[in-house]
Amino acid sequence: MSDTPTGAVTQADTARVEKEAARRAEPGGLGQLLRSGAGHNLGLVLALGLLAVIGIATGGERFASVDNVMTILRLAAVIGVVSIGMTFVITGGGIDLSVGALVALSSIWCTTVATQTMANDIHWIIIVTTALLVGAGAGLINGLLIAYGGVVPFIATLAMMASARGLAEIISARKTQIVSVPGFTDALSRDIFGISVLIWIFAIVAVIGWILLNRTTFGRRTLAIGGNPEASRLAGINVRRHTVLLYVLVGLCCGIAAVMLVSRTTTGSATHGQLYELDAIAAVVIGGTLLAGGRGTIVGTVFGVLIFATLSNVFVINNLSISAQAFTKGLIIIAAVLLQKRFSRQPGS
Amino acid sequence: MTQTPKPSPDGPAASADGGDVLLEMTGIVKRFPGVLALGGVDLDVRAGEVHCLLGQNGAGKSTLIKVLSAAYQPDEGEILWEGEPVRLTTPVAAMKRGISTIYQELDLVPGLTVTENIFLGHELATAGFSRRAEATQRVRTLLARLGHSEVDPNRLVGDLSPAGQQIVSMARALSHDTRLLILDEPSAVLDQEEVDNLFRVMRGLTAEGVAIIYISHRLEEIRQIGDRITVLKDGRTVATGLSVEETPTRELITLMTGRQIEYVFPERPAIAPGRDGTPVLEASGLSGDRFHDIDLRVHAGEIVGLAGLVGSGRSEILETVYGARRSSSGTVTVNGRRLRRGSVRAAVAAGIGLAPEERKSQALLLDQAVYRNVTVSSLNRFSKGSFLDSGAERRAAEELSRSLDVRPAGVDRPVRNLSGGNQQKVVLARWLLRDCKVLLLDEPTRGVDVGARSEIYNLVRRLADEGVAVVVVSSEVEEVLGLADRVLVISEGSVVHEGPATEIDESKVLDLVMEGEVA
Repeated sequence: MSDTPTGAVTQADTARVEKEAARRAEPGGLGQLLRSGAGHNLGLVLALGLLAVIGIATGGERFASVDNVMTILRLAAVIGVVSIGMTFVITGGGIDLSVGALVALSSIWCTTVATQTMANDIHWIIIVTTALLVGAGAGLINGLLIAYGGVVPFIATLAMMASARGLAEIISARKTQIVSVPGFTDALSRDIFGISVLIWIFAIVAVIGWILLNRTTFGRRTLAIGGNPEASRLAGINVRRHTVLLYVLVGLCCGIAAVMLVSRTTTGSATHGQLYELDAIAAVVIGGTLLAGGRGTIVGTVFGVLIFATLSNVFVINNLSISAQAFTKGLIIIAAVLLQKRFSRQPGS
Repeated sequence: MTQTPKPSPDGPAASADGGDVLLEMTGIVKRFPGVLALGGVDLDVRAGEVHCLLGQNGAGKSTLIKVLSAAYQPDEGEILWEGEPVRLTTPVAAMKRGISTIYQELDLVPGLTVTENIFLGHELATAGFSRRAEATQRVRTLLARLGHSEVDPNRLVGDLSPAGQQIVSMARALSHDTRLLILDEPSAVLDQEEVDNLFRVMRGLTAEGVAIIYISHRLEEIRQIGDRITVLKDGRTVATGLSVEETPTRELITLMTGRQIEYVFPERPAIAPGRDGTPVLEASGLSGDRFHDIDLRVHAGEIVGLAGLVGSGRSEILETVYGARRSSSGTVTVNGRRLRRGSVRAAVAAGIGLAPEERKSQALLLDQAVYRNVTVSSLNRFSKGSFLDSGAERRAAEELSRSLDVRPAGVDRPVRNLSGGNQQKVVLARWLLRDCKVLLLDEPTRGVDVGARSEIYNLVRRLADEGVAVVVVSSEVEEVLGLADRVLVISEGSVVHEGPATEIDESKVLDLVMEGEVA
């Protein structure tokens, strides 16, 4: 396209456009608000509000209690941490299908360490470190295969999904491992200021994720690589190394999620994290992150996770089946994506 | 200012009747949010003529043809088709009237054959089964009509040259009983011989009574093929129905730019820059994919031009110096320090910047703000412990874009919305922000209109005067000779001549290039 509409403005229009741009540039202006994706976030808040209204209407007290809200947040916490990692990978132009399997592998690996080394003697820090290392290590393998091996992300992580789940089954001999390491389960099942440690972890990961994406060179490079990898390479960005780091990051998030899951269920199992990859991708996409890369939002992802968690809570309260839940979830994903397409359409682009 | 249409002179392609008005557009207005893209365009096209549409980037040419092909709906104005008012509501409706558009970026499916592409969307089929023999036969007829019966209907389109693909696009247009063919910068991807071929095909079509709207930046082509000219500026028609033969080029440029261009190229400094000092950039014995044993020395403040045909290896040389390609032998040094082979980051760290040929795909983050495009190579400079100071980023980008006169001002708009010339300035700003010592410019004015070109030339000279060593590659020999201090003529991957730009002229360069071809 040799002509862009903006190029063809008259002087009066130019002045108007410039004023507009100046207004947008002001921090805190209305334009800034909309441009920062708050407009989209408003839609997510409304969707969440609608779900809450349905919850109150159908469940009454059982839905609108502090306990129940905490249940929703606890439910959201584990998949939420995975989704934050997924946001980075997708923003950077990739995808990770292996997150569910990595959660399972990390959980079983750390509980195996715990059960084999005379349970009582082991310090909880070793369990945590093991889970994080396994997650990050598997992410490293994904990243190396993609960035240096030239395997497309879909295939590399699909292979990892199969292998990691398989390895988890081998290690555990398909048995669920129960852990009771003093200090570990206690530490994570505690409340701080009346709020579960799991929720605190999710909140901290989300805040760090937001800062990382929006305020650091790492985040900016992620957006650049997702938007145009070739231009990023020719601009002097180390695209390969950055890609590896993105997959290590999501792997690390899987490790954190595994620790949270082990403490919540007091078990490690090869069946943990089933379909987490789909839940995480769904939350990221309805949050407003572009699946093609180049645009990402942590706040949107948090809302996406909360919407799905609330949805499933409303269904549980009303004694509706898992199948009905899954069906509705599908409808929500489609509705969200269609709405996004409608509102994000811009002339000339 | 608008002139009344004159009867078309008997140009090489004028039809016998030369007068039937096929299409008449009056007062076309198209608005986008915050932008007036077309502010009153008039255009009339006659059967059997080649009507040239001229205008700078951003003048509204593409928007106009999108209105005509019904990709956009106009907000105001009237379209008459054979004297009757029509509303073209969908691209299919426009196609049914006989309006076909061949866009700059060809819209063919590379994995399908020539025949499949030509009948894409209106396949010849009975109950879902394609009548392949008949389709192939009709494609042969179409290709023969275009004078290209050598194209095999069963070949994959992806295997054809850009020129061959264009022929397929034209055949596709003709498969719809086209009466008005719109060609949006068709010559941009073609070499001279292929352009001649295209013109032959166009003359054949106009002789059959087809009207053609032809868009091109190259004024000399319009002289060759056009009958009448309409000039757009800032979304308005400033002149319509001008006779190609009777309108001097100077007048056309004046109409397009609104000012006379006296000096297209900036003056060279009185004293030739730094010939005696040590070179900033030095490539010795550099060999690679399509070139061998290249020696290149560029001093501070010097502009060195590489002239040569497409495929002579000039772009490859630049990309290899930049580390985007790996050399098979030879060295590249900046200020005496040798660069690691095949490493863009080493080149960037040493102070080299590249403005690549394909700006949109190789340099820009189209959907991101101008300032982010400027700072993407210098993020470390704006970060404390990897936390970005985006206020400082904006300020630095604003300062640079003001000094380079990037328009419209404001560094927060997506770079996609800028014209080609301004996008190029954004790329230059990126490297200036790094205080780069060496600037490699590959086709610096591709997709940049005549008015903005001299701006880019002045800018490049200014940078050189400030001490940057510049290498320019261009297919336009005049551009290399006009801009550079010293010229290297490249042919078949070797340097066949090196010397001051003032001591060689265009025909000598072409001779050298041809000689190389023969040898």
